Amino acid sequence: MNMLTRRTLLIASLATAALFTRFGGVVPARAQSADQAAAFVNQTGQALVGVVNGPAPTADKRAQLQAIVDRAVDVDEVARFCLGRYWRTTPPEQQKQYLQLFHQVLSNNITGKLGEYKGVTFTLGRAQARDGGVSVDTVVTRPGSAPTAVAWIVSNASGSPRIIDIVAEGTSLRLTQRSDYGSYLSHNNNNVQALLEAMRRQVSAPG
Amino acid sequence: MRASRTLVLMAFTALALAGCATAPPADDPDSVAEFQQTNDPLEPTNRVFYAINNGLDAVLLRPLAVGYTYAVPEDVRGHVRSVLHNLKSPVLLANDILQSKPRRAGDTLVRFVVNSTVGVAGIFDVATDWGYPAHSTDFGVTLALWGLPEGPFLFLPVLGPSNPRDAGGFGVDIALDPLTWVGQGATVADLGYARYGMTAVDARAGALGDLDKIKDQALDPYATFRSLYRQHRRSVIDETRSDDRATRPGWFGPSH
Repeated sequence: MNMLTRRTLLIASLATAALFTRFGGVVPARAQSADQAAAFVNQTGQALVGVVNGPAPTADKRAQLQAIVDRAVDVDEVARFCLGRYWRTTPPEQQKQYLQLFHQVLSNNITGKLGEYKGVTFTLGRAQARDGGVSVDTVVTRPGSAPTAVAWIVSNASGSPRIIDIVAEGTSLRLTQRSDYGSYLSHNNNNVQALLEAMRRQVSAPG
Repeated sequence: MRASRTLVLMAFTALALAGCATAPPADDPDSVAEFQQTNDPLEPTNRVFYAINNGLDAVLLRPLAVGYTYAVPEDVRGHVRSVLHNLKSPVLLANDILQSKPRRAGDTLVRFVVNSTVGVAGIFDVATDWGYPAHSTDFGVTLALWGLPEGPFLFLPVLGPSNPRDAGGFGVDIALDPLTWVGQGATVADLGYARYGMTAVDARAGALGDLDKIKDQALDPYATFRSLYRQHRRSVIDETRSDDRATRPGWFGPSH
């Protein structure tokens, strides 16, 4: 039994060693993209914190936040993900409307609660490859509440690094949004028009 | 009194009407896949309890939590949280051991001893500064590490989002708690209720902004809570599973 374990261990370590020499070139490349992603998240985070804690009037802050989000987040990709299986069965005209509404809903949600984020700071943690992107860990601290672990998923799919998901305390924002839309659709005869109307109501609702 | 009777009556009527979710037709593979992934066969019943809990929350728990946040400053609330967490130590320790996580068990034990004495009955969390960080766990997590699947989604009256594994774990945690069994008489019972009530208000106060935001922004809050609950539990379980820190604390120096 002992013999067997030892042999398994030996084979395993040999295999690992072989893997490292064989694909040795891949590791630095991946590390580089992780570093890039971390630098990108750091830069974006500093910009966001700078605007939120800055002296500008609220309306200006909203416009500045909007600009950062448009630049740093791959909103179209997130929107497609959130519609899930319904995306490919939706006609192009509705897809276009959906993308527009999604942009508006997202920006309302981000800029609407601006006051709550006053005094926010963050620290950068480690970055590692995950799900076709790089996950960059941060700890976000707001005055008067416990520090929150937030991971930023960065993808290079569009040619430059863009954020495609935010995972707060283990809960993915886009996955949660997809279950929300998915459930709404399945309770409305899988009718994307109903979803568009609901989103339109959300956008036009005050506050 | 009448209100509560009406509520109960409403609940049963709704249950009789609701029953089980209808599975989609087999010739629609996308819908079938979604139905299985959602894993919520009791959805109509669950939604009834979600509505009832929401009503209870609106008239009872949320106002209490808002009042508590308004009347008590944050640092005092922090001390209350520390006391409540310290009282959970025996249950934590039992679960740490059952999960075979020696470093976590050591953390819990040292935290309990240090915070109960130096920290004056748990009011001050001295142990965290000494290098013994807090964690929380429960028997639901223990069962998950033992390999038990979570089962279908449940929305329980009063307790909220759950599943058979976590609901069973909740019962076991109460049974594991020495305070459930120690002492008798009206005073002890009242203290017990006060503790559970305080725990509920404290937890609700901690989630005030988040819950309001979700109810405000989600098209289907029930489905959103279902997804959030599952993701959160999964991340807690993964975090516990991968916590294989060395048993020797950092200040003890390197092992060689």
